[in-house]
Amino acid sequence: MDNYILLIVIALIYILMVGYVGYIAWKRTKSADDYMVAGRETHPFIMALSYGATFISTAAIVGFGGTAGVYGMGLLWLTVLNILVGIFIAFVLFGKRTRKIGHNLNALTFPEFLSRRFDSKFIQYFSGAVIFLGMPLYASVVLIGMARFVQTTLQVDYYLALIVMAIIVAVYVIFGGIRGVMYTDALQGTIMFFGMLILLIAIYWLTGGVTAGNQALTNLVNIVPASATANATATGFTGWTSMPALGSPFWWTLISSLILGVGIGVLSQPQLAVRFMTVKSNKELNRAVAIGGLFIFMTTFAAYIVGSLSNVYFFQHTGMTAVQAAGGNLDSVIPAFISAAMPLWFAYVFMIVLLSAAMSTLSAQFHVQGTALGRDIYETISNKKKGSSVKVARIGILIAVVIAVILGFILPGSIVAVGTSIWFGITAAAFLSIYTAAIYWKKATKVGVIAGLISGTFASFFWLVFQYKKSAEALGICKAITGQSVLITASPWPTIDPIVIGLPVAAIVTIVVCLITKPPSKEHIDKCFNGIK
Amino acid sequence: MVLGIDDPWVWSAYILTILSMLLCVIYGALNWNKGDEDEEAQVKEEMEWHKKEKEMEEKELGIWDEEG
Repeated sequence: MDNYILLIVIALIYILMVGYVGYIAWKRTKSADDYMVAGRETHPFIMALSYGATFISTAAIVGFGGTAGVYGMGLLWLTVLNILVGIFIAFVLFGKRTRKIGHNLNALTFPEFLSRRFDSKFIQYFSGAVIFLGMPLYASVVLIGMARFVQTTLQVDYYLALIVMAIIVAVYVIFGGIRGVMYTDALQGTIMFFGMLILLIAIYWLTGGVTAGNQALTNLVNIVPASATANATATGFTGWTSMPALGSPFWWTLISSLILGVGIGVLSQPQLAVRFMTVKSNKELNRAVAIGGLFIFMTTFAAYIVGSLSNVYFFQHTGMTAVQAAGGNLDSVIPAFISAAMPLWFAYVFMIVLLSAAMSTLSAQFHVQGTALGRDIYETISNKKKGSSVKVARIGILIAVVIAVILGFILPGSIVAVGTSIWFGITAAAFLSIYTAAIYWKKATKVGVIAGLISGTFASFFWLVFQYKKSAEALGICKAITGQSVLITASPWPTIDPIVIGLPVAAIVTIVVCLITKPPSKEHIDKCFNGIK
Repeated sequence: MVLGIDDPWVWSAYILTILSMLLCVIYGALNWNKGDEDEEAQVKEEMEWHKKEKEMEEKELGIWDEEG
């Protein structure tokens, strides 16, 4: 009973804080003129934390943190990419140009940005369709990550947790949170930052300090019974602080899916690219690099370190590895560690941290899916303008929420990190070439980028359905057609991520076709690149 | 052996995470006041964009939120 009172008190404090910040934001910017004034005193914290909170979700913390329980500290390469690519390259090389060109072309969504830059409606509805069809997987794993934590912390049924979480998110989305008001995003980001900081300090405290803790993890592989890591060892696992055997299935999954997929795919995430167009000036973007870098470092570094070192904690206390202690489900490693090692109040506060992380990401995802169906697909194809698509967009959001919940029911365990990588891989294959060409290559042609967009998308879908073991087996289409679960069964092909195939295919096709087709008119290019030095 | 980690591929990642974070912090600090040469125009442009986005949200999603 006391526990529930504690939970309610913590939840109430959180709701009051979100409400208060929302009220302040509302009061400060009542008219467009106020917005102008607010624009002069720029808010780098707000922009960076809002971007960070949208990028980092329960998928990163629970999913990838749990994955680190098996793959160990090699996963830190993902943090390196998250910071260098996801913040530095994204803000400095992509952000400024996206902002300027987006404004020049009056583009409001990511597909619209690409479509206007290359003067092609096809690009808009095709990209909208990729987003609308692919993104529910990502939304679903964010929801699953949250539900797993509630299940472990409150000892409730997973399915019940999933439905309650979906209802809370739906209410949040419907009552104004759909676009993820930047101020509340920033508050949620702040809560995430401190929650992860406490967790990082705690894990090193519990394992005896940085060097001692890492050393204990290095030694662990020789102490645990061989049977505990037999499956992983058979595929290339060599320890939690050493890289897997080069070229082994374990290595390919770590490098191609987990590190490259998410590390590079972040550049062409539709819900993040749109954020650049909401930045008031380049100064704000410069400042946001510093804060964003620190935020991503704290959240992802802490998650992967905690996931890895939880093995030391669990082995010392239960004689089991982290995955064994989590009942074999990677998505339960972080929740199980927090329940076992941290005081109850922290588990509750952390639940709020994760709720914040899930909310800020989900609201942006549902917003992007709604506009993808309403504006990018329906309006573009039907040629109707303004207002006519309101119902379609709302239906789109509803469908997206329902699909996300259904997937939450049917997807297997240990899915959060895999699902996230698949989505990031698809977006990289489909959009990264066309997006890069859009902001840097004036000679890129409409035909060329469309060829790249289509070939990248289909190459990665083909690989997902026929060759990438995790998805091909689950879908069963390859088995039904060919009798084999994947086309090439010899290692390492079934563990090579679609991004390794799709991204180069898209890049090569884009470059080759652009070079042999007629470049766009000078007037159009001048309009797009107006103001870019 | 660095920080209790044997494999140079892993301890270098450990250290690189910290260095890349510092790169971002230093870049942000050095450019803290740069990029505002034509800030007034930039802000104005952004305001126009914001208005249009709000219009889209009102008309197409049927919602209206105060802040961007």
